[in-house]
Amino acid sequence: MSVQEVLPLNGLAAEQSGPFRADHLLVAEMVKPGSKVLDVGCGEGDLLQLLETRGIDGRGIELSRAGVNRCVAKGLAVVQGDADTDLVNYPDDAFDYVILSQTLQATRQPKVVLENLLRIGRRAIVSFPNFGFWRMRLQLLVGGHMPRTENLPASWYDTANIHFCTIKDFVELCDTIGVKMERAEALDLYGRPLRLRLPWWVWNLFGEQGVFLLSRGQGK
Amino acid sequence: MVGVKSVPSPAISADDRSHEVDHPSSEVAQFGADQPLRLDCGIDLTPFQIAYKTYGELNADRSNAVLICHALTGDQHVANVHPVTGKSGWWETLVGPGRPLDPSRYFIICSNVIGGCMGSTGPASINPATGKVWGLDFPVITIPDMVRAQAMLIDRLGIDTLFAVVGGSMGGMQVLQWTAAYPKRVYSALAIACSTRHSAQNIAFHELGRQAVMADPDWHNGAYADQGIHPHRGLAVARMAAHITYLSDAALHRKFGRRMQDRELPTFSFDADFQVESYLRYQGSSFVERFDANSYLYLTRAMDYFDIAGDHGGVLAKAFAGIETRFCVVSFTSDWLFPTSESRALVHALNASSARVSFAEIETDRGHDAFLLDVPEFFDISRAFLQSAGKARGLTGKND
Repeated sequence: MSVQEVLPLNGLAAEQSGPFRADHLLVAEMVKPGSKVLDVGCGEGDLLQLLETRGIDGRGIELSRAGVNRCVAKGLAVVQGDADTDLVNYPDDAFDYVILSQTLQATRQPKVVLENLLRIGRRAIVSFPNFGFWRMRLQLLVGGHMPRTENLPASWYDTANIHFCTIKDFVELCDTIGVKMERAEALDLYGRPLRLRLPWWVWNLFGEQGVFLLSRGQGK
Repeated sequence: MVGVKSVPSPAISADDRSHEVDHPSSEVAQFGADQPLRLDCGIDLTPFQIAYKTYGELNADRSNAVLICHALTGDQHVANVHPVTGKSGWWETLVGPGRPLDPSRYFIICSNVIGGCMGSTGPASINPATGKVWGLDFPVITIPDMVRAQAMLIDRLGIDTLFAVVGGSMGGMQVLQWTAAYPKRVYSALAIACSTRHSAQNIAFHELGRQAVMADPDWHNGAYADQGIHPHRGLAVARMAAHITYLSDAALHRKFGRRMQDRELPTFSFDADFQVESYLRYQGSSFVERFDANSYLYLTRAMDYFDIAGDHGGVLAKAFAGIETRFCVVSFTSDWLFPTSESRALVHALNASSARVSFAEIETDRGHDAFLLDVPEFFDISRAFLQSAGKARGLTGKND
């Protein structure tokens, strides 16, 4: 992710924000200190390291062997695994938060994964690239090509992202499976939150990615 | 058994080895009649002794002790010259100054397992009741028995909680048994190239090895010591077969291919024409110089019986319920003796117990033996895991 400018967030000193991605800082801000967190698709462990600085007991799952080994070599508790197949091995209520950062669109069964997140964790934090972002729409409308951006540079034939959605689609999925949205943020191209309270359709057009704090609803 | 006749006789005197059995050159803890070792088979073993080595110093609050558990044919001589073979320690890649297990930071303990032949009581030891070598009168031991004996040694050393228990292969089985039996006494566990149960294929290979020993006429139903001989040929064949399982097709191909040994053309005989044959024969003959045949039977049997889930109603996760030990599980891609799938099953059970676990699979073509070899990625992971656990434990070293 190309982060050219990072705004300091509430509760974080400006100098701490230096090495961390803006969307990670936003996610970290959503997690209460002292809680137990599972990061699904933790990559090279940047978010887990950020959480560790805030006194959070973090664990991770990562698909790529290279990523896992780099995490373990940083002293992080990370295991090699697949969000689609390995979440079933975790017991109910094992974590306070389960985080799925920029990974939902790469899962085979996003709905099942989302349900598992909120079974294992009392809360889930999900971030994903918004396919309703105006530049995506423009590329398809004007260029006639499947959209590609700085953050999603792969061509359609070799992308790992098989289940793209828009912010609007995701909100509808949450409604369908009865998940409660505690907090929603849209981030611009540089990972900065769109601070203003704007209608959904604006977020869906100008948000480059969505970040949602979810909890178990009443179910439907 | 074709070609086995050419396995040379041992170069090291049998006296050296048998002297180590009862009078090891390392430290020894004696346990008298007041402290029997209660074995899974129902027998109390008494008296018995445990031979062990230590490296480094125990700190003031006794929080920096690391127990290393050795593999099937290993012993307590982790990081010093071996008293029988004269070779360097078997895990000097991991243990030593500047290594992940640095004696300047940790108090490192390694004991010879019960049933072994390097100073802990085993079938090659003298049975005090008869004054003769135990042989097959020695009771069958298990991995939990080995660990129970180690716990008695740790008690004797005045250590309550081990900072880490570390081991590969059969050593890894002991690590897992430690966490299942004494979860509060193990702060962190590094289990390498191992499994929570011995697979059918592995039992089959062990049975092959045991049958090779037993088929040697010099075995004499295990009473060879009374005859002053040792079933070298049978044990060498067992070692040769086992050694193949420690490597991989790719590693054998890379190392030897179909290359000939000191010759251009085949001899049209059963001589060791191929380098790989010559290598295996060397492995077999050097092994019998330092290892007791009956010990080999007992230790392979202990691995066969190992099944943690079986001891917990068939549910592996129950063995680790509520455990607070920090785990690091490591497997190697080309290890077909303890494949990654076995480690993954362990990790799933640990996840189901909400244990804090790291799991790394390391890419190498060197097979099961990779854990004993120079594999930098494995060292990086071991070092980071131990350092991170040490930080959480409040251990400080000069490298911090």
